[in-house]
Amino acid sequence: MTEITELGVAAIRDGVVSGAFSAREVAEAFNANVAAASQLNAFIVTTPEKALEAADKVDADRAAGKPLGKMAGVPIGMKDLFASKGVQTTAASHILEGFKPEYESTVSQKLWDAGAGMLGKLNLDQFAMGSSNETSYFGNVISPWRRNDGGNAALAPGGSSGGSSAAVAARLCPAATGTDTGGSIRQPAAFTGISGIKPTYGRCSRWGIVAFASSLDQAGPMARDVTDCAIMLESMAGFDPKDSTSLDMPVPEWSKALDANLKGKKVGIPREYRMDGTDEEILKSWDDGIAWLKDAGAEVVDVSLPHTKYALPTYYIVAPAEASSNLARYDGVRYGLRELPDGANLQDMYAATRAAGFGDEVKRRILIGTYVLSAGFYDAYYTQAQKVRTLIARDFEKAWAQCDVILAPTTPTAAFPLGDKVDDPLAMYLNDVFSVPASLAGLPAMSVPAAINADGLPLGLQIIGKAFDEQGVLNAGLAIEQRARFSAKPEKWW
Amino acid sequence: MTESTYRIRGATGDWEVVIGLEVHAQVTSKAKLFSGAATAFGAEPNAQVSLVDAAMPGMLPVPNRECIRQAVRTGMAIDAQINKWSRFDRKNYFYADLPQGYQISQLYHPLVGEGSLVVEADEKAGIPADKRIGIERIHVEQDAGKLMHDQHPTMSYVDLNRSGVALMEIVSRPDMRSPAEAGAYVRKLRSILRYVGSCDGNMEEGSMRADVNVSVRKPGDEFGTRTETKNVNSVRFVMQTIEHEARRQVDLIEDGGKVVQETRLFDPSTGTTRSMRSKEDAHDYRYFPDPDLLPLELDDAFLDECRESLPELPDAKRRRYVEDLGLSAYNAQVLTAEVETARWFEALLLETATAQGKQPADVAKQAANWLISEFFGALNKAGHELEDSPVGHAQAAELLALIGKGTISGSIAKQVLEKMLETGDGAAAIVEREGLKQESDSGAIEAAVDKILADNADKVEQYKAGKEALFGFFVGQTMKAMQGKGNPQVVNEVLKAKLG
Repeated sequence: MTEITELGVAAIRDGVVSGAFSAREVAEAFNANVAAASQLNAFIVTTPEKALEAADKVDADRAAGKPLGKMAGVPIGMKDLFASKGVQTTAASHILEGFKPEYESTVSQKLWDAGAGMLGKLNLDQFAMGSSNETSYFGNVISPWRRNDGGNAALAPGGSSGGSSAAVAARLCPAATGTDTGGSIRQPAAFTGISGIKPTYGRCSRWGIVAFASSLDQAGPMARDVTDCAIMLESMAGFDPKDSTSLDMPVPEWSKALDANLKGKKVGIPREYRMDGTDEEILKSWDDGIAWLKDAGAEVVDVSLPHTKYALPTYYIVAPAEASSNLARYDGVRYGLRELPDGANLQDMYAATRAAGFGDEVKRRILIGTYVLSAGFYDAYYTQAQKVRTLIARDFEKAWAQCDVILAPTTPTAAFPLGDKVDDPLAMYLNDVFSVPASLAGLPAMSVPAAINADGLPLGLQIIGKAFDEQGVLNAGLAIEQRARFSAKPEKWW
Repeated sequence: MTESTYRIRGATGDWEVVIGLEVHAQVTSKAKLFSGAATAFGAEPNAQVSLVDAAMPGMLPVPNRECIRQAVRTGMAIDAQINKWSRFDRKNYFYADLPQGYQISQLYHPLVGEGSLVVEADEKAGIPADKRIGIERIHVEQDAGKLMHDQHPTMSYVDLNRSGVALMEIVSRPDMRSPAEAGAYVRKLRSILRYVGSCDGNMEEGSMRADVNVSVRKPGDEFGTRTETKNVNSVRFVMQTIEHEARRQVDLIEDGGKVVQETRLFDPSTGTTRSMRSKEDAHDYRYFPDPDLLPLELDDAFLDECRESLPELPDAKRRRYVEDLGLSAYNAQVLTAEVETARWFEALLLETATAQGKQPADVAKQAANWLISEFFGALNKAGHELEDSPVGHAQAAELLALIGKGTISGSIAKQVLEKMLETGDGAAAIVEREGLKQESDSGAIEAAVDKILADNADKVEQYKAGKEALFGFFVGQTMKAMQGKGNPQVVNEVLKAKLG
């Protein structure tokens, strides 16, 4: 029998349901992998007892003949941006170090209700701001992948859901939650050879997720394959009256309707995504993807998304603007860090607390956001960015007249070594160039592994779909998955 | 618009004061604007705080429909434009009583647009009839918490019970020209809010407070630079603020100084204002649309429901009292100013009409006169408010019926009312017990009159000689002899007949 930790969500769930193994065995196996992988620094907190507790409940339910949920017996990693009742929830920041919420996020609660268990809280870029996991207060995650050049350069697992991507790729968990604001699910998935989907904005409740940029933040699953993503997303999505931006729509059973036959479907290839500086191998995998989708029966058409080049600057106005306001609540008054120098007044306390509690990248974005919202600059930056955002969304609307899904690379390059871009924020921000447009338009988008490059590193392809058409995205993803036959996994060195 | 003649006398001539008010009115609702937490006044500190109000990580606001409904109904009551599409904005600033680090408010697209109200005319105070005050907008926003500085020698405590409570900010046009007009505006606004039921108008508990914008100018000149005095919490203080600010500004300008645009505070103990912060120190609030909330879109069904649920408002009621019930303008005004008074009057009117088998319009004057000239005074003397009156409308109607039927006279009725307030007993029972029934039997009255005339033969002579003023003396003596119980009408008739 295959080792349990090589199994994905569907296989584990089915095995538990059929009795091939117990949920406890599964939890123990992954707990062991987690415990043995501290070098990767993928977890900020591990909760093996929680995983076992959930597993025992599933086993007991099964023994009692009770119906089992969609995630029955599947232990998962929880990005440390989701509030976990009674468990430290930090957003990888110092300012929330030691903070234990008295509430559970809607999305995580839904997963527990579906039978999943928690292996621990996964590391991430601080407040989800970053593309390499280097902004975490708890040290960066190291990708389980290494180049095949014999060197041991530590690579970035991507960000901000870098703990999630590393943990899934390294078989520390069969799946993990991620959140995506400008690419934070898709980019790390691409860097680590796994799948991840950001659903339509509003599909997953944001209640209980530490906010970065409210109009963009969206939770989604990260897993080994498309089917697992579909199953897990079904358990995460759904209307939540506690989130005003939540979609009041039924959640389809995407996993049951998966269909890799794309006959009659049109796939758009956006010409503006052929950018200078994009890696040759990435371009090649894109061409492969086009061929695979044709092979799956789809018709391929050229489309134009003319405002693509404004997406990145627009994103880096909108997201910091919202973040500067969202992060104002971390002020040392009610919870989290409080720095109170001798003789400090209220303003001094704010300054000291926030200076000590936020990392450089978070401060940078708060400064940018504060600046673009300031009197005299608001119209030139924020208002203008909102207009461009509308134009970007309109680009997609127009494209949907010609196609059902769009195929593009997820990232302009494969994973880069840690430390490479940490001193060059602009180079770092360029990582998001392909992922940000779908975020600004609120569209579902996923990354699936497509190839291994010459350095032995995974490359991902991105499928962007119409609003609410996660099914179309997943189906195209499945078509690629079946043809890419991506089976590489990082060699264990940790 | 009729112009006010209120002027500040200065060394260089007369100055006109220009006033605009921003009234913050707490919306009557069991729950806060964006959270389910309770809003009752006087709870233990931090007993009414939800995770949202405390701005815990990942918490999100969800608009409370009832708060929106109340603001819309208020807008309709001032004939305002209701915006079917509005949006919430964040007003960003740091303070310990503001957990989110921003207040959710409406800057760019308020819920309610242009409207107006008419303040009560007051000749003595120089307020002309039909003085209309423009209202620029009403928007809804969250209240902040409260800092308590007296709980610890070196620290301040925070009470978040108020944090997130829904407020309506009602912004007037700079249409007021005297402290009296501003006072009348606040009173009228308060009256309308209480009629609508959207705010209890309780200024002592902070349910209503005003930011007072004041500037001065020579009549006919452009507007001067204004100051804004924050959080003034009574009608009297609003008027004092304006008097003080106007005087201060005039003196300042005439001494060669300049008014600076600034935020000021009112000190009730001295009746003066002092500077809080100048425009240069003003916050940059970095307003932007709250991305946690979708734009607020109202459909026609909702607006119809709001409109249909509006009660008859004070102006309409007053007109009806004059036109349909035949009340004097003054009585109609007194009875409609407060919704409780109007409700009481209307209940009394129904009971009285029923008790006397008449139409309401036929007993309206009697009921109104009695309520205003007898009942309010007696109630006040007995130390009661209308709300806790020991005499209900049914009991009052019983008393009025006794007067109407001639069972007791008006002056006896005063005594009866006092006893009713004292004992809580019914009017008829008191009249019976105390033997206060009016004597209408002309035989008994004739006997009493005969005696009085006989005892005062000299005065009868004088009367007959032309000193007609003595008639009142005979009436008084007869009533006295009958211990007030003689029916005055019959006494008059008998006396007239006997004196020829």
